[in-house]
Amino acid sequence: MSELARPIERRQTITAADQERLRRQLSATWYVPRGVIGWFSVADHKTIGRRYIVTAFCFFIFAGVLAGLMRLQLAVPNNHFIGPDLYDQIFTVHGTTMMFLFAVPVMEAMGIYLVPLMIGTRNIAFPRLNAFSYYVYLFGGVMLVVTMLMNTAPDVGWFSYVPLAGPDYAPGKRADFWAQLITFTEVAALAVSVELVATIFKSRAPGMSLNRMPLFVWSMLVTALMVIFAMPSIVTCSTFLLLDRLVGTHFYNPAEGGDALLWQHLFWFFGHPEVYIIFVPALGIVSSIVSAFTWRPIFGYAAMVMALVATGFIGFGLWVHHMFATGLPALGLAYFTAASIVIAIPSGIQIFCWIASLWRGRPRFHTPLLFVVGFVAIFVLGGLSGVTLASVPFDLQVHDSYYVVAHLHYVLLGGAVFPLIGGLYFWFPKITGRLMDDGLGKWNFWLLFIGFNVTFFPMHVLGLEGMPRRIYTYPDNMGWNTLNLVSSLGALLLVLGGALFVYNVVRSYAWGLAAADNPWGAETLEWSVSSPPPVYNFLHVPVVEGRCALWDRSADAPIVTGIRSDIREVLITDVMDAEPVHKTEYPEPSIWPFLCAVVTSAFFIGSIFTPWALPVAILPLAITLVGWFWPKKRDREREAEERHEEAERRSRPVPTMREARA
Amino acid sequence: MIRKSGCGLPRAQSRGLPRVQSRGIRDSLWLSVLACLAASCTGNQATFNPHGPIARSIANHGWWLLLMCTLVYVAVMIAFFNAVWRRRRDTDDLPETARRLTRNVSIAVALTVVILIGIAASSVVAGRGLYSPGGAGALTVDVVGHQWWWDFQYHDVTPSDVFTSPNELHIPVGVPVVIKAMSTDVIHSFWVPNLMGKRDLIPGIVTNTWIQADQPGVYRGQCAEFCGHQHAHMALNVVAEPMDRFQAWVQHQREPAREPSTDEERKGRDVFMQSPCVTCHAIRGTDAGSHVGPELTHVSSRLTLAAATLPNARGHLAGWIANSQSIKPGNRMPPNALDPADFQALLAYVRSLQ
Amino acid sequence: MNGEADARRTLDVAALPPMAFGNQGLIWWGTVGFMVIEGSMFVIGLVVYFYLRLQVRDWPPGLPNPGLRFGTWNLLVVLASCVPNLFAKKAAEKFDLAGVRVWLGVLVLMGVVSVGLRALEYTTLNCRWDDNAYGSIVWVLLSMHTIHVATDVVDSGVLLALACTGPITKSRFADFSENSLYWYFIVAWWIPIYVTIYFMPRWL
Repeated sequence: MSELARPIERRQTITAADQERLRRQLSATWYVPRGVIGWFSVADHKTIGRRYIVTAFCFFIFAGVLAGLMRLQLAVPNNHFIGPDLYDQIFTVHGTTMMFLFAVPVMEAMGIYLVPLMIGTRNIAFPRLNAFSYYVYLFGGVMLVVTMLMNTAPDVGWFSYVPLAGPDYAPGKRADFWAQLITFTEVAALAVSVELVATIFKSRAPGMSLNRMPLFVWSMLVTALMVIFAMPSIVTCSTFLLLDRLVGTHFYNPAEGGDALLWQHLFWFFGHPEVYIIFVPALGIVSSIVSAFTWRPIFGYAAMVMALVATGFIGFGLWVHHMFATGLPALGLAYFTAASIVIAIPSGIQIFCWIASLWRGRPRFHTPLLFVVGFVAIFVLGGLSGVTLASVPFDLQVHDSYYVVAHLHYVLLGGAVFPLIGGLYFWFPKITGRLMDDGLGKWNFWLLFIGFNVTFFPMHVLGLEGMPRRIYTYPDNMGWNTLNLVSSLGALLLVLGGALFVYNVVRSYAWGLAAADNPWGAETLEWSVSSPPPVYNFLHVPVVEGRCALWDRSADAPIVTGIRSDIREVLITDVMDAEPVHKTEYPEPSIWPFLCAVVTSAFFIGSIFTPWALPVAILPLAITLVGWFWPKKRDREREAEERHEEAERRSRPVPTMREARA
Repeated sequence: MIRKSGCGLPRAQSRGLPRVQSRGIRDSLWLSVLACLAASCTGNQATFNPHGPIARSIANHGWWLLLMCTLVYVAVMIAFFNAVWRRRRDTDDLPETARRLTRNVSIAVALTVVILIGIAASSVVAGRGLYSPGGAGALTVDVVGHQWWWDFQYHDVTPSDVFTSPNELHIPVGVPVVIKAMSTDVIHSFWVPNLMGKRDLIPGIVTNTWIQADQPGVYRGQCAEFCGHQHAHMALNVVAEPMDRFQAWVQHQREPAREPSTDEERKGRDVFMQSPCVTCHAIRGTDAGSHVGPELTHVSSRLTLAAATLPNARGHLAGWIANSQSIKPGNRMPPNALDPADFQALLAYVRSLQ
Repeated sequence: MNGEADARRTLDVAALPPMAFGNQGLIWWGTVGFMVIEGSMFVIGLVVYFYLRLQVRDWPPGLPNPGLRFGTWNLLVVLASCVPNLFAKKAAEKFDLAGVRVWLGVLVLMGVVSVGLRALEYTTLNCRWDDNAYGSIVWVLLSMHTIHVATDVVDSGVLLALACTGPITKSRFADFSENSLYWYFIVAWWIPIYVTIYFMPRWL
């Protein structure tokens, strides 16, 4: 193998017939398998991404229904609609589902679907791992839903503080299901994050140097790195909880040298980056929408990238602000106050840059941009209430009250869900080939925007009026009645808005107007392919000439040739400048990731009930893993090809040096 | 392990104080007046209705915070809507415009930093003195959290003067009271918004805070860390009274239980000693000595029952004893099916424990 | 589109190699990603160890120190295993299949010895996981590392089997090379974990 192998710039004649032949060959090579076995064997990022999105929204609806039940119970004082046991399960599962089964997976899903398309490659790295992660996520989520239906759902809050969640005060298996759900979702998220980092760093189209990457790709990169560094903490702490509960360890038992606060440190060291893991992709979505609907690049690209990176870093230094009431030393708390305030600065930079982008562009108010407006209006308020929470004295009054419930919903719904829905309106034509109804979209936006504010703004006041969170009812004479009723009525509007969204999706999917390749005139690479994209993404991998791939593309933009179309060959490029380095072959679809996920999930669930699950699971796990990685027919073919090539290479001349770039 | 601490309470001049029923009634009247005042005052349990120095400092800081946040929000929204709705000009895409935008964004970022520094400074100022009171001679009370009630323990150098006051914390007006907080089971949080910010009660750790009221009154507090199924019904009352009334209250609480004065009350005491009640509830001056549940020595002198869930009246007491599970489902007290005559006697006895 | 031929500018990558070692290859990124994740968990485990140390007066609380013998032997074995690991990596990077087979075989053997020593280590820890928080964190730290060693021995064993049965493509040599990288990672982490488990009770 020659180390001097370089890509060669030249002019080639490509006829229409050549294109057609290429199209047929790529479609055959990158096929998505059909049939029942085929459905479980798919390793295409677009299919897996769509499944993730649909599944995440099913969980969103489930958690939304739970929230509706909570608001019904809290609409009037001393209500007997739901008793404490069920209410505690409901609020725990609502939070757990929204955080672990909806928010993080759906953002990862947007990355899984869009990143390979935006960077000009044919699939995500480690595609079978991608499929595996989806099934593990699905099974974990199904497990939690089943526990809710069987009155054995976790009931100790989505952050499951000990000793309440420990073996002494949480009898039964409820808290174990929570802890194991963490394992399911973290395994899935970590796998996807490693794939995203490898994909983004190593398989960008030539010419897409790091400073030409779309802001959405940057946001997914920062998110993936945050996941990799944050999630080990919660895997560790939830495992310690399982061990305390199942085999008698004493990590959180103060009587035997353990510590209840250890849980809080470990949990929140993950928990704070977690909210940025949810939020940072939304920032990328907002940038995509703003540039597409102003027909201008985002103002201040470098500042925006640095703001994303800074948010990722600083987000790891804030976690103790969830523990201000625990009596930790004042000097330590002062540091966390400072860090919690400082993180407002990169967010502020982003808001100002978007305002500047809108200022100089020509905004067209289709539904996606409306949701961006909603995002700004809601998230800025949430971010400001967050700054107030960073102040220890003020936090000591409003911590664990409805003020925090208001804050977290403003930043999560406003900061993540509004951009997400806007992003779905934006990318729906690309994913499905049909446009969503813009008129219905505007109704959707207003219902959600008004409903959201009517539901959650009063909660700021309720918290300041002394209403703690996580209470299943409240007395009649506290002065909380009216605002709770108003909030519950607002929740009705939210439900209507959510229903309208689902209706619009289904209706548009079935009868929507057919979408062109680039209905919005946007600038990123996914808009250069058909809607929906072909299975192989790009007929020719492009060479990117500027930061806005489509707007900066010259008439004579080069394309990449020499990538084989008869096998799943992918171009691997350099981290910094995306210079082509080598080619690699991605694996064919396979049933083994699914089988491995089944065994893994059975092991996770079994180990809640008995430690024997581990020895019993080892052999099936080993079998499925070996099946996954054992060479397939294609490998034998490849071996033969390589031998043949090696023989040929002996007689081929040394390749020419690369010509100087124009 | 609960550390004992001297609380500096003034000692009674003589120990042989008569157990005067009329004094109990006077106290009850006084407490009822305070309770009415508190209940009618909107803003009970509200952050922006401070009645003590800590809460006042936080409230002032809070107003400043909310004002700054409102101004910033309005400014950002104005800039945003101006950007969205402005009339477009041909000069928008020129490099000079980009430079001007850069300058404006930089100014906005600089302003943001200045405002954030101001908020941080205000926070530091408001936080001074948050952890311990300045003056010496502060009273110390231990707060012990249970699922789902509070035990306020008043210590003294003399062991026989130690007493507990479940769910009702009395403090003298104008005097800082040091709180040492601990828990016997899960994490709770002691929070009386009119008077102070919250402090968690964490098993295995003693946390410290302090509380002070500057006006007499009854201030409601509530547990602010999810602690299980009856977290919603784990509230408390802080009764702030002038020093002389407070000392009188302390004296009274130190006394063992009032002897029954009627036959029915005596019968009620027998019922108590022979029923499951005695396995959890102590009454000082009798053989009942279990501290699993709240002590009942002076239960009928308190404003509320069941951790400020029920008013302390005969009917509510009857309902609570008969079937507390229907009021606070999941709490540790079982229902009690008693013969009606015994039940009435028991009620009479408990109501006599002023 | 219009049926005519057009001469397009192209970047022809046909001559590029089908794989690359190290950080130019994808497997490296997957391996390093996994190392960062597992490394973070080890860091957290060590942090928890020292956090729990601060909660009590005596360390170990009410228990004897762990026995040094098997842990130290294990340290020597895994450090020594870096030799066949190094040669296996070099052989892989030279596409020397015979060399890979030999050195990977030696590595797997030494790995099995290490796992056996690890089993003996558990018996001389002088504590149980349910004695107290100290026992819990010692068992968990040791077990976290054990799981890594055991799975990497199996992993290397499977790769060894593949090296013997084939088919062998060029990219398989990248798998061999990155497997060595991961083995280094496991050996490297044994050092701080060994020092923590066996010497912190004696020093702190």
